[in-house]
Amino acid sequence: MTDITSQTDAALAAIAAAASLEALEAQRLETLGKKGWVSLALKTLGGMSPQERAAAAPAIQSARASIAAALDAKKAALEAAALEEQLARETIDLTLPAPAVPKGSVHPVSQVMDELAEIFADLGFAVATGPEIEDDWHNFTALNMDETHPARAMHDTFYFPDKTADGKDVLLRTHTSPVQIRAMLEQGAPIRIIAPGRVYRSDSDATHTPMFHQVEGLVVDKDIHLGHLKWTLETFFKAFFEREDIVLRLRPSYFPFTEPSVEVDVGYATEGGRRVVGGHGDAPGHAWMELGGSGMVNARVLEFAGLDPKQWQGFAFGLGIDRIAMLKYGMNDLRAFFDGDPRWLMHYGFSPFDQPTLSAGVGARA
Amino acid sequence: MKFSLTWLKDYLETDATLAEICDALNAIGLEVEGVEDPAERLAGFRVAHVLTAARHPDADKLQVLTVDAGDGAPLQVVCGAPNARAGMKGVLGLPGATVPASGMVLKKSAIRGIESNGMMCSSRELELGDDHDGIIELPEDAPVGTDFAVYHGSDPVIEVAVTPNRPDCMGVYGIARDLAAKGLGTLKPISMPAFAASGACPVEIRTDDPEGCPAFYGRVVKGVKNGRSPDWLQARLKSAGQRPISLLVDLTNYLMLGFGRPAHVYDLAKLSGAVVARRAQEGEEVMALNGKTYTLDAEMVVIADERQVHDIAGIMGGEDSGVSETTTDVLLEIAYFDPARIGATGRKLGLSSDARTRFERGVDPAFLDQGLDLLTGLIVELAGGKPSEVIRAGSPPSQPKVLAFDPGLTLRLGGVAVPDAEQQRILESLGFSVASDWRVTCPLRRHDIEGPADLVEEVVRIHGLDKVASVTLPRAEGVARPTATPLQKLERGLRRAAAASGLNEAVTWSFLPVWAAEHFAADDQPLWVLANPISEDMKAMRPSLLPGLLMAAKRNADRGAASSRLFEIGRRYFRRSDGLSDERPTLGIVLAGEKTPRGWQSGKARAFDAYDAKALALQLLEAAGAPIANLMVMGEAGAQFHPGQSATLRLGPKMVLARFGMVHPATLKAFDMDGPVAAIELFLDAIPPKKNAVFARPGFTPPALQAVTRDFAFLVPAALAAGDLVRAVQGADKAFITGVRVFDVFAGQGVPEGKKSIALEVTLQPGEASFKDADLKAIAEKVVAAAAKLGGELRG
Repeated sequence: MTDITSQTDAALAAIAAAASLEALEAQRLETLGKKGWVSLALKTLGGMSPQERAAAAPAIQSARASIAAALDAKKAALEAAALEEQLARETIDLTLPAPAVPKGSVHPVSQVMDELAEIFADLGFAVATGPEIEDDWHNFTALNMDETHPARAMHDTFYFPDKTADGKDVLLRTHTSPVQIRAMLEQGAPIRIIAPGRVYRSDSDATHTPMFHQVEGLVVDKDIHLGHLKWTLETFFKAFFEREDIVLRLRPSYFPFTEPSVEVDVGYATEGGRRVVGGHGDAPGHAWMELGGSGMVNARVLEFAGLDPKQWQGFAFGLGIDRIAMLKYGMNDLRAFFDGDPRWLMHYGFSPFDQPTLSAGVGARA
Repeated sequence: MKFSLTWLKDYLETDATLAEICDALNAIGLEVEGVEDPAERLAGFRVAHVLTAARHPDADKLQVLTVDAGDGAPLQVVCGAPNARAGMKGVLGLPGATVPASGMVLKKSAIRGIESNGMMCSSRELELGDDHDGIIELPEDAPVGTDFAVYHGSDPVIEVAVTPNRPDCMGVYGIARDLAAKGLGTLKPISMPAFAASGACPVEIRTDDPEGCPAFYGRVVKGVKNGRSPDWLQARLKSAGQRPISLLVDLTNYLMLGFGRPAHVYDLAKLSGAVVARRAQEGEEVMALNGKTYTLDAEMVVIADERQVHDIAGIMGGEDSGVSETTTDVLLEIAYFDPARIGATGRKLGLSSDARTRFERGVDPAFLDQGLDLLTGLIVELAGGKPSEVIRAGSPPSQPKVLAFDPGLTLRLGGVAVPDAEQQRILESLGFSVASDWRVTCPLRRHDIEGPADLVEEVVRIHGLDKVASVTLPRAEGVARPTATPLQKLERGLRRAAAASGLNEAVTWSFLPVWAAEHFAADDQPLWVLANPISEDMKAMRPSLLPGLLMAAKRNADRGAASSRLFEIGRRYFRRSDGLSDERPTLGIVLAGEKTPRGWQSGKARAFDAYDAKALALQLLEAAGAPIANLMVMGEAGAQFHPGQSATLRLGPKMVLARFGMVHPATLKAFDMDGPVAAIELFLDAIPPKKNAVFARPGFTPPALQAVTRDFAFLVPAALAAGDLVRAVQGADKAFITGVRVFDVFAGQGVPEGKKSIALEVTLQPGEASFKDADLKAIAEKVVAAAAKLGGELRG
């Protein structure tokens, strides 16, 4: 008895003192291994009489259990210490930079075109397109500007030396209005479309580029009048700028393709050197700014587009996309739009995940 | 069009303020572009009387004046002008006034020790003329103490933009008429100076081209004395920005600017024989009043005598028969020309003039006789002379347009209810006459009125567009329907996919320098080249999106940018077989500079390579919905690409969806760029739309049994494309092989010359039952056999 007790105590002390897993394993072999004294002691039980076994077994079993528990505990402790040491060795400097992931961007013009499509889709407008290399019939004649019309000369048109098979001049469209004609010829009426796209004028200075972007709007139906035009533009601008205090001023003007023709001004204030749309243009600190042209589609244009003006009437408008983009998002240099400078594109461009939606608001805040 | 408030008030009886007039002009469609109010500019300058003048004690060239400026006590003023003297009247600027010419603010000062309480001004200092030799001398009756702005009659000048449909408002009288209709006052009748005409016109006048010149009226005035115009006339012309020239010329300008009616005065002494409106002869020349000689053609109308052309009809008079200081006898011309022909002639000659602007838009056909009488009367009154009777050749259009108008249309089209009586009042105040059955007769001067919609515009613009209320556009029931076309959805999705891949969207010009366009042009596709480009750099429409992006990348590199990853979605411009435009939607990408900068982990900076381009091309094609599993990698990316490091992605041999690879060094050289540069072009029009796409996906349950992988290494001919081996192995057992991955490619030591080793990891997906050894062996044999067909042997 005493023998086992003292042997057990010695073993437990050795286990506690083991400094490594190897030393611990040596202790295990010495005690619980096949030839270990605990195992050998257990084997002696087989040769004992039941009385002797009953007397000897508890001490041996208890020695085995306590040594096994001590071995397990020591092993866990040694492993934990080893892991801790390993992890300490694996420490890295996380102030070092991680690999950079390049950040892409969507151009403001595209972003605003997506916004336009989203807002006008809610009002039932589809998006129509047409060629940029146009003939003068679609760009001028069908829009009630015959060859001698003085307004033609005001368009600063880029021409190609080519002619169409039927002898028409070929040019770069000076506005998106020819898409009106094409859409009406293709789809008839009633029709609601917007037509955003590139347009070209032979004009270049600080605020004009020979290529820019316009959006055309067209509604032809029965009983459409100037009041609907006004509502549509107001509703659009309120949604686009996400403000309720948009005030529009309509002024009589002249476009050959509309009658009556209306120039659209919006009230704005100058804040911190920037134009901020909103408020009445005649209010203190406010002024009016021209946004675009519009009017009721000229009866002749409807005829050219194959519609009976006695049956159909409607309105059309045209807005500068670059201009309303600048107003909303604060760019001040139109030329930079077309430069492809990544610094500018990343500053004024949009995250791919700024997809305009009505539920989140079509605009993307800085 | 510019005019002074005084001039407007010559024709409009009104108490309205300047601000009210400007608001009304804007409201009726005569947009105010600017208002210049000299009363503000000349504030603090007064008519003053010089009482005494004495030599400055310390300066030879200065005098000390005492000046009465109407304030009671005379002011002491030091003045350097040689003409300053006691008794004269001039203009004194008081302390606080700003000198218009210099912007200097006057203040009380001491000049060489003598106090000076203001400045006596020269014409130049007040920007009233060039004279700076002395101070302004005013007439003796100039009222002392009056604000000089008031005395001088330099009143506010309004500049309005007159739209091209309103030539009737290209004269102050027409503007007054519109304002009167708006309720701003009463239009005065034109005051016609009386004169007595006697004797037939001694000059024969004809129109030999009744189509180009339907009417040519004339009259001779003999014994006139040309000279300087009176101040009232000069002031009016100056307010319109017109330099006074001589009385006779100024009076024709007055008629044009005041009444929108161009006219011409010939020096009778320089004419010989009949004066005729006719077509020019081909190649005929005339020196115009601007001193330039123009060569005419047979489409142009001229006024000529028996010797030569004297006038490019309706555009500009000739130098040879213009009036001068010595002119005594004149022929007055008032004509009506075909507007379209005037426009065509002006465009052909590249010659603009105030007369052309009016004639090509259409002058008032009913204002020939009255205009001629007004001009005659003014000449007789101011220049003297004896006028003959009028001689008339031809006649102007006289058939007025009559429109059946329904006043209800104003509400239906204009969206505003205007009582019938008010509509009638508006139309009549603009010169229309309205019959009881609403047949509306249009004044001849209103060439712009074509139909009832134009009458609605007249009513609405005068009534006030601000009275048009917003009315909700009727909308369809329920949630808005989707409207985007498949191509629009494709472009929107691709744009955001490209940006999400780290690319910056650019918008570059549609036009290129010809060399750059030619560099990227296909042999069988002639370029679209502009006839009138704005510069040589913007001349040819792009046949590819890459040159514009390369040029942008070059600009960025020149600015020191380490890299450009640009993309653009736009059109390439080609020709259809019928010659019309064929514009193809395209996505272009240029990857230039560093893909990754040098870094503590990655070491040296890394450039983009062709596999970067391939990865992007496939990723974006997949985003575009292209069946990328079926794509073939083939050659012929184009001469602009590195021949060994570029490829096309095709669905079938002819259908090219994309090209990608490294840009050819020769192309980089042409664009003056350093390489390497990778580029990609996706041809969006070639991407097949999804057929019968529905929302529900095909049924699918992930396989219950685990897939197994087997590795194979083959020795293959060095020229074999890895893609061919992969495709062959993939097809060796279509039932079980679900993936083939190249995990090693090696040539060199241990690999025979002319061979390379390609190692593949083949994924096998069991179906209902697990693979047995025999199954795997059979599949492996099929794989080896498939490779063998391409000359591949399994490595031991």
